[in-house]
Formats: sequence, structure tokens, C-alpha cells
Amino acid sequence: MKPNPPFEKPLLEVRQDEENTLNVILQGPADISTAPALIRQLSASVPPNQTIQQVKVDFARVTRLDDYGAMVVLRLVQILKLNHDQLSFVNLAPEHEKTLALVDFGQPDCRIPSHKSGNLIIRLGDATISVFQGGTLFVEFIGAMVFSLMRVLKRPQSFRANDAITYMKTTGVDALPVVGLISFLLGLIMAFMSSLQLSQFGANLYVASLVSLAMVSELGPIMTAIVVAGRSGSAYAAEISTMKISEEIDALVVMGFDPNLFLVLPRVVAAMVVVPILTVFAGIFAVAGGLVIGVLMLSLSPGAYIQQSLEALSLFEVMWGFSKSVVFALLIALTGCFRGLQARGGAAAVGSAATSAVVTSIFLIILFDSVFAIIRSYW
Amino acid sequence: MGANDIIRVENLAVVYGEDHVLDGVSFTVNKGEIFIIVGGSGSGKSTLMRHMTGLEAPAGGNIFIGDTDIAASGSKDFSATLKRIGVLFQAGALLGSMTVAENVALPISEFSGLPAEAVAAMVQIKLSLVGLECYGEHLPSEISGGMKKRAGLARALALNPDILFLDEPSAGLDPVTAAEIDQLILHINQTLGTTIIIVTHDLDSIFAVGQRAIMLGRESGHIIARGAPADLRDHDPNPEVRRFFTRKPPDT
Repeated sequence: MKPNPPFEKPLLEVRQDEENTLNVILQGPADISTAPALIRQLSASVPPNQTIQQVKVDFARVTRLDDYGAMVVLRLVQILKLNHDQLSFVNLAPEHEKTLALVDFGQPDCRIPSHKSGNLIIRLGDATISVFQGGTLFVEFIGAMVFSLMRVLKRPQSFRANDAITYMKTTGVDALPVVGLISFLLGLIMAFMSSLQLSQFGANLYVASLVSLAMVSELGPIMTAIVVAGRSGSAYAAEISTMKISEEIDALVVMGFDPNLFLVLPRVVAAMVVVPILTVFAGIFAVAGGLVIGVLMLSLSPGAYIQQSLEALSLFEVMWGFSKSVVFALLIALTGCFRGLQARGGAAAVGSAATSAVVTSIFLIILFDSVFAIIRSYW
Repeated sequence: MGANDIIRVENLAVVYGEDHVLDGVSFTVNKGEIFIIVGGSGSGKSTLMRHMTGLEAPAGGNIFIGDTDIAASGSKDFSATLKRIGVLFQAGALLGSMTVAENVALPISEFSGLPAEAVAAMVQIKLSLVGLECYGEHLPSEISGGMKKRAGLARALALNPDILFLDEPSAGLDPVTAAEIDQLILHINQTLGTTIIIVTHDLDSIFAVGQRAIMLGRESGHIIARGAPADLRDHDPNPEVRRFFTRKPPDT
């Protein structure tokens, strides 16, 4: 507790008489401006561990009372843990009585349980249950997607092609500069770092093979997928969750639309079309980045560098990278849309949908990349 | 400024692009009264309120709250003036990441200088004033629309403002809850002496609590009527105004 400022005007006086009755005399204004001083003086003059039977609060000298002043009395009740019948007011003016009527000096009688559960085990259980429920919901979501897809195959005109084209632009075309720049720099870095080692054996030419093989079959698909997850997976989640919390998706459902067909399928198709194309561009830009190092630092001719890059690649490698990126695109789009559809609540739900869409997508991309690596080793 | 006015709006003009939303709007609000701003949908009521609370700067005119012109940009008393007003937004505008109690505590702990226990006690008083003493620990997403409004009202009242702006306080509420909000408005006005400005088109509310009203024209952007709500309903020369207050479509 801070000590009273020495010049602070006394705003209350506390007197205790023989029968354990505490007389609290308020003086001057008791309102929002004096409440901090009143609380300080109250804490200083009323020790909490007293055996008080009765408290009389005298309002005779109160010039102004608002609910902040009434709060000071409530604090007195709380500090001394008083019952309702232990508290009485004297010299109460009618207008002050009105103000005090705003305040319930007893404990509020609440039967509504708060939703917060403090118990660690309960929270751990809740978290586990929600993880499993999330898994079940995701399986249900995939199932619903399959049904929507079958409906589209039966009735192709129900597919929203215009939406899909819009998403192809936002997911693919608009991402090209950033994907291109990152791949170019990645190719440049990889060529530079590997040349430091390979030049020791006079194997400079193999820098070209290393960059093209690594970027086309492994790093290109992953980097592109991570960029798309950050750019578009989060955008899908944010758009759909905003629609969800503003009841737009409910509106679609009651109008008889299938939200999966309306919102999810165009995004999934768009991503699966453009992400592989972006991946091809990523490979080309990476080779270009390596070429800069090869020509400027390793004295290779551009023709020889490109020749060596192409020789290192088989059609299988290219198709392998290509098919990985199709799977990654599916994962990104499905996760983004799923997280969006799961959103509940207000503005915070949009943020957490976008965050968890990106985190889940990146995790799944890495997980499936290792699955691909295992498949390949047993090919 | 007259002795009794707390707000004076002079020749307010609001222009969005080519659209003159408000044009030459002037009125005063007296200290301690319940003042109603009505008008059809799209007449600029909410726009007027956004300007009176300093959220938007007008194209022309002045808005005095006390002696401060909040329309003048960079007015040095602006933030002090903001502490004198409380605003209840249409949907409550509670911060979704905080509990109801934390929402109400936010202005109290920031501006009152009280220690934490006293802030908690004050929050309890404010919440019981609006009948939400048992919902302090709930998140806004866990309570109903009417409760959100009441919680928003508790937050608007947190620092005992001189002036309270209410944007459609009873819209979207059932009649009983709406009537409770009206009672609450009267109660706050009488016990705390707060000047209350209400933007609404809920006729029951207008006649239950309103002392004076202005009505904005649907297309003109002018004030087309001013006076006590019952007088406007019974005696106003303009049929558009009488129709509004008697809830009759134009062809009857």
C-alpha cells in the first residue's frame, strides 16, 4: 500500500466505540474524482482482521455521492467481510439513497456457471477431446468433399468455374513474383554454397546438376507450397471464417447451396491447377539463379550450365516434383477451407483460423514430403 | 453557449463523394435531458452520431461539446472531451478477446487511478446496474445480443460520463428486453444525471424515454422537425413526420 500523501485532505473519519461498532464518517465529495484517495484512506484506517460487529456509515457531511463513492462503502463491506444486517447508513439524504440503491452490498447470487475451468486435468482432457473431434470433423469434411465432387461430375455446370478462375489468379498469378524471387535467390545461394565444396575437387560443373535436381524434385515443390500456404491458405481460412461468423454460410445452406461446392471446391481446383505451374516456374528461376553464380564465379559458359542442368533431370524427376506439388496444393486448400469452416465466435476466430490454417498446412506439407521420400525409396 | 446547453451543433455538413448526407444541421442538447435523433433508414442518423462522437470529421460546421469544438482537427481538449462521453454502439462493440468484466474494467483501470480490488468492485457495481452481475466471467461470444448491449452500456457508463450516446439501443431486442433497456436509460438519466442522446427508430422507446427529438429528412439531409415526440406525432405540419411517428405507410 502506498503511504498517504502528507497533504491529502481527510475524506473519511473512522471511530470505533466499545460495542465493536465502527463509525465511518464520510466528508466532502465521494465521487469518481475522490475515489482513489478514499480507497487509500479506507485501507489505511480499517485493518481487515478486526472483530467488528456493526458498521455505521454516516453521510451527513457528504456533499456529492456517485457510484464510485458507493463503491468505497462496498469495499468496506468486502474488507471486513460484513453481512447485510451488520451495515447501516445514517443521515442519508434522499438523493444519496438513490445512488446507494444502485449497489448490491451482498454477494451476487449467481447460479450461472462460468465457462472457465481451472483444473489442469480437465483442461488436458478437453484439449485431447477437441483434437480427436477435430480429426473426426476433418474426415467428415473430406467425405463431404468427395460427395460434392461426385455431384459436380454428374452435373458439371454446377461447378463455379468463374470463381475458380478468380482464385487461380489470386493464388497463382499474383504469387509468381514472390515465388520467382525466392526460388531465384535459393538457386543462387545453393549454387554458391555447393561451389565452395565442389571446386575443391574441380567438380564445378556439377553445381548445375545439384541445383536443378534439388530444386525440381525436392525444394521447389516445398518452397512453393510454403509460400502458397502463407499467402493463400491463410486467405482462404480468413475469407471463409469471416463468412462463417457473419452467417453468410448459413444463408447459403438455407438457400439450398452446398457450401463445399460453392466455396471449397473452386479454391481446391484452382490451387491444384496453379501450384504445379508455380512449381515449374520455381525450378526455372532456381536454375537461373544458379546460372548467375556458374557464369560469374565458376567461369562456366551459359550453354554448358544449362546443358548440364537438363542432363541431370529425367522426366521422372520432373513428374515427381510436379505430382508432389499437386498433393501439396490439395492439402493447403483443404486445410485453409476446413479451418475457415470450423471458425466460431468473433473477430479473434478469424485470426486463429488463419494462423492454424498456415501452421497445419506447413506441418502436413513436410509430413507428406517425408511420405513421398519413403515411397520413393521403395519404388 | 447558453447556460443550459451541453452540446451545440452548428451548420454541420457531411459530404460523401457527391452525396450531401447532412446539410446545415443545427441543434442544441440541454444538460440532463434525453434527446432523440430519428429519421428513416439512410437519413444520416448514425452518421450524425459518428460526427458528434468525434469518429469522423465533418465537411463543414462545428460541434461543441461543452466548450470544445470536436470538429476542429487537432483540438487540444479532444481527449479530455472524449472522457466526458460514453458511447454504446449498435452491437455492443465488446472486445471479443476479453471477458465482459475485463471489457468494463478497461476504461476504469486505465483512467480512474483505483487499485485492482476497487476496480473489481466498481465493475461489479456497473454490471449489476445493467443486470449482468453473474456474467462477468463470460466472453462476449457466450452471451446473447441483448446482454452484449447491456454489457456495452456498462462499459459506456464506466467513467460516469456527462453525455451518453446510444446507437439503436433497442434494435434487435425482444419487447420485454427493449422495455428493460428503456427503464435502464431513464434510471441512469435520473440517478446519475447523465445527458443521453439516442439514435433510434423504435417508437415505443421514443415515447417512453424521449424528452426532445429532431427528425432528419430522408433525402434532404436537413432537420425536418424538432420538438417533443408526442407533439411531433400529433401536431407537426409535415405529413412525413406524422407518418413516421404513427407508423403509417404513405398511401393510407
